[in-house]
This record gives sequence, structure tokens and C-alpha cells, in this order.
Amino acid sequence: MKKKMWINFMAVMLVAGLFMTVSCAKKTIVSEHATIEDQADVNTKNLAEQERIKAQEQHDQMIKEQALKDAKSVAAKNRFANQNVHFDFDNSQLSPMAKTLLKEKADWLSANAEVSVIIAGHCDERGTTEYNIALGERRAVAAKNYLLNLGISGSRLTVISYGEEKPLDLGHTEAAYRNNRCAQFVIN
Amino acid sequence: MNQISLNKVYDICSQFRCLIFSACLVVIFILFSVLPIQAKEYDSINISNPFLNKTPIAITKFKAFNGSDAENTDGIKAEQILKDALAFTGYLKVLDSVTFLSNPAQTGIQLGQINFKDWTGIGADLLVTGGIEEKDNLVRLKLRLFDTLNSKLLVGRVYTGTTSQDIRRMVLLFCSEISHTLTGNWGVFNSKIAFVSTVNGHKEIFVCEFDGHNPKQITHHKSISLSPSWSSDGQWLSYVSYANGKPDIYIKNLKENRGAIVNYKGSNLSPDWVPGQLNLAASLSFSGNQEIYLLTKKGEITKRITNSLGVNVSPRFSPDGKKIAFTSNRGGTPQIYIKDLESGDVERVTFKGRYNTSPAWSPDGKKIAYVGIVKNKINIFIVNLASGQGMPVQLTMNQKDNEDPSWSPDGSLIVFTSNREGGESKLFVMTSAGMDQRRLLTLAGKQTQPYWSRSTSFKN
Repeated sequence: MKKKMWINFMAVMLVAGLFMTVSCAKKTIVSEHATIEDQADVNTKNLAEQERIKAQEQHDQMIKEQALKDAKSVAAKNRFANQNVHFDFDNSQLSPMAKTLLKEKADWLSANAEVSVIIAGHCDERGTTEYNIALGERRAVAAKNYLLNLGISGSRLTVISYGEEKPLDLGHTEAAYRNNRCAQFVIN
Repeated sequence: MNQISLNKVYDICSQFRCLIFSACLVVIFILFSVLPIQAKEYDSINISNPFLNKTPIAITKFKAFNGSDAENTDGIKAEQILKDALAFTGYLKVLDSVTFLSNPAQTGIQLGQINFKDWTGIGADLLVTGGIEEKDNLVRLKLRLFDTLNSKLLVGRVYTGTTSQDIRRMVLLFCSEISHTLTGNWGVFNSKIAFVSTVNGHKEIFVCEFDGHNPKQITHHKSISLSPSWSSDGQWLSYVSYANGKPDIYIKNLKENRGAIVNYKGSNLSPDWVPGQLNLAASLSFSGNQEIYLLTKKGEITKRITNSLGVNVSPRFSPDGKKIAFTSNRGGTPQIYIKDLESGDVERVTFKGRYNTSPAWSPDGKKIAYVGIVKNKINIFIVNLASGQGMPVQLTMNQKDNEDPSWSPDGSLIVFTSNREGGESKLFVMTSAGMDQRRLLTLAGKQTQPYWSRSTSFKN
């Protein structure tokens, strides 16, 4: 009897072992199925997230575009303010390059109708104080007159000369002198 | 004879002194004027002669009448001021006292007490003796100029001040007498120089004495202030300042707190006073072009002087006030022109070079000093007007940049700006022949645009 019970036990264990082996295999498939379900769940969530991201991206893009636009505007403004009109020594005549630059400045002034500017005339340190103030004024006036001819209102343009009193470049080289012989545009 | 009248006049004057002193109004009294000045017997020195040999002059130690420490100390001070002032002129050579054969401070400073052979023997054509007496809270200087070759007293003066602070003033008054005796002109000793100096990055107007002594800041605009110009009487300064954002002309009475601002639209530049009047010329650009106008001291326009497209700037009156020299680029480059105010005629003065500016008229009206740029070098030149279109004479060379010439009231010296020492602009002085170029004063910052005053009354 004890022997029969042992054999039965062994048989049960064997069947159970077999069964477990089979059920293990089955469980893998179930598990796989569960993963797909999870994935579906994630996909649903992703869809919302993607929409959010997309909205975000669109928003970012808008901001970027705005920023780019702003940057372009700032760059144009900076270019307007930082690009000086240069002159030869003891000269207040506009060169072809100066005229090109002034046309660009006129465009910017047309696009920014609310802005008024001070045109400051400068000279290099060679030459004499009083003559240089007069010369600087002629440079600034030459730039102003060109803008007037391009249709910019005179009420937006104020002229001042600093002669050699406020050099933009503090050096004493030819390059510094060249930088200092100019009409400078200061946005009011 | 000289000695007797000297003492006689002095005695009479001592009696007046008590009266004047009790009035206590003036710091320095000139207690007596001696003797007709015998300048005619001494060959007058032509201070505008470029080949001038300096006249050797000996200056003695000061005799201390009471021998007090204060007298000795102040005597040394007075002697040094006298030597420095006379050496500054450019036509006197102050001899080294090491060579002296006698000491009048011990043996006597009056005519009868001088052994002139001691002075001719060391090559002194002129001799100045000095004495100092300090008592009753008064400082008295006794000064005499002798012609050693003719054993003559040329001029003698006694000055009385109330403190040793007055010594410089008293010595300079005697220097004016010496100048008048020798040259017929009161000289530079009572003149002042206005100039521009940087202060904390700003440009302000300063004034110093003729030799750079005692510089004082006049403006406190904390802006860019430029182009100072003296009125003939030395009471007014005009200058340009950006204090209100753009160049305007400021007219200022130095003693009283009054004046005016000339602030027409555009630039208001380079004021210059009409000689003997309180009116000015200046360059104004309100019309759209820079033209020279005559103005009252309140800034009202009375006349337009130039009418020519381009720059018209830096007007400078001839000493007689009948003409104006100015800078204009009407011919394409900046050159100096003269306008005759009566006839209206304009003549060009400079022809050599492509950049000639900053005219300055000599006090005798015969020459114009100016700034010329040749081969990128900025230097000071003189053109002689009398000899027609004479060749300009170059006064500065190979000493970096030199600008802003202005003549001393006697025409013997020119003050100017140079960056020859260390690269910063400083004030220098030279004779009108370009000799003896030296620093005028030591002051922090950059100094530019000196303008020498006219000789106001030498007793002022």
C-alpha cells in the first residue's frame, strides 16, 4: 500500500511536472500578450503625449520664429546703429559705399517710423580742434541730406558734431583714424 | 644825483604811506615812481628779432635790511622769482651768480655803492639789485635796474605789501618795469593764459599766470568745454561747451557771476573778442552753413562776415580790430584767409600745403602764426603779412604734433600745444622765432587750446 502511494505520488509529481512544463510555455505566450496590451496602453498615452509635444513644438516653433524675427529685427537695428558711414581725411563727401549704407539705413528708418536718430559727426585726431568740429558737422549733415533725399523726414534726424572730441576708436593707428572719420547713428 | 632823488622821493612817499595804509583797501601800494625812465639811452631790445642775442643780466642776492630770518628767507624767494621771470622772457640771459665778483647785498644796492667794473667784467650788460625790509607787518622790496656799461640807474622802484604772499606780485611789477625800460612794452608779466584741460575725463577751462604759475579751474560743466578766448580787458572769457548737449558759446565775466549763452541751432564755435570792445566774432551754423558773424556779448547777431559755402571757422581779429583772419575750405582745402571789415575784401594768406588752420595774429599785426599739416606732421608756422606772400617760417619740427599757437601780449613768445613728451598734449612756450621751446606747466591730464590774454594795465 505504502509502495502504491509512493508510485501515485511520483506519478502525480511527474504529471504535475509535465503540466508545469506545458503551463510554463503557455505562460510565456500570455506574458507576451500582456506586453502587447501594455504596449497598446502606452501607445494610447503616447498619442496624447505626442499631441502635447506637437503642440509644444508648434508653440516652440512659433516662439523660435518670433525670436528669429526679433533677432533679425535686433540685428537690423544693431546694424543700423553700429554701421558707421565713413569718410576720407578732411572730406565730407559720401563715397559709393557710404551711399549704399545710407540707403539701407533709409529702409530701416522707413520700416521703423517711430524712431528718431541723432547723426553724430566725428573726425580723426589729426587736424585741429575747431576745424574738426566744423568738418564733423559737415559729415553728419551730408549723411542727413542723403536720407532727406530718400524721403526720411528731417524732424526725425538731429545732427551734432563732436569733431575729434569723442573718438569711437581710442587708438592712434591708421585703422583707428579710419574708424573715427565717420557719421555715427544713435537711436534716440 | 640819481641816488639823491631816489631817497628824496622815497621820503615824501613814506609820509603818504601812513594815510594809504590806514585806508587798508589795496593789498599792494606802489609807493613811489622814481626818475624819468632813461630807456632812450639804452639800445632798445627788438624782441621780435629772430636772430636776437640774449642780453646778459646779473641779478644780485637781496639785501636783508634788518637781517631777520624772515627777510633772508623771503629775499631768497624774491631773488628766485625775479630770475625765473626774467629768464622766461626769451630775450634776457640770467647769469650764474657763481661768477659774481662782488656782493651788493653786503656792500650796498644803490647807484653809488655799485662797482660797475665787477659786472662788466663778467659780461653783464644789465644788473638788478634787490633789497627786502620786513617791519610793522609790511614787506617792502627795493629794486633797481642798472645799465652797467654806462653806469646808470635805468629804473628803481619800492613796493610795499602786507604779507610775504605779495612778494611774487611785487617782483613781477618790477619785471614789467624792466620790460618797459628795455623794450618799450610792458611785457608778459601781468598776462594770463586760458586753456583747456581734462579733469576726470571731461574737458574744462583753466586759467594760469603767464609762466604757468597758479593754474585754476574756471568751468565745472563736466562736459566738453573748448576754445577759451580773453576779452581785451581780461575781465571776460568766452568759450564753447557741450554742457547742453551741443556746442554753444558761453560768455562769462570772471569777477561777477554774469554772462550769456549763444545757443543758436547747430554749432556755435570758436568765439574771439573784438579788440577793445565787448563784442565777439564766432562761427555759427544755424543757416545750414558754417559762417562767421559779429555778436554782442549777449549773443545778438550784428553782422554776417563770411558768405561762402563750406567751413568758415576760427575767426581771429587783427590787433587793430579792422580785419579778421579765419580758416575756410572754400578753395577745397582748409586755408587761412583775411577779411578786411571796412572794404569787405578777402585775401588768402596761406598757399603752401593742403591743410592750414588755427590762425593767430601777432600783437604788432604783421604776422600770423598757424597750424600746418605736411606729410602727416602737424606743426606751427608763421607767415609774414608785410612782405606779401612770403615763404612761411616753420617754428616747430621733429617734435611730434604741435598745435594751437597763441602770442604773448608783447609778441615775444608763443604758447602752443605739443604731445612731444609722453604722447599726451601739454602746453609749451617758445620765442616767436621758435627758440627756447619748453614746458609751460605741469598739470595732470591733457592740456590744449591755450589763449594768451592781452596786456591789461600793468598795474592791475
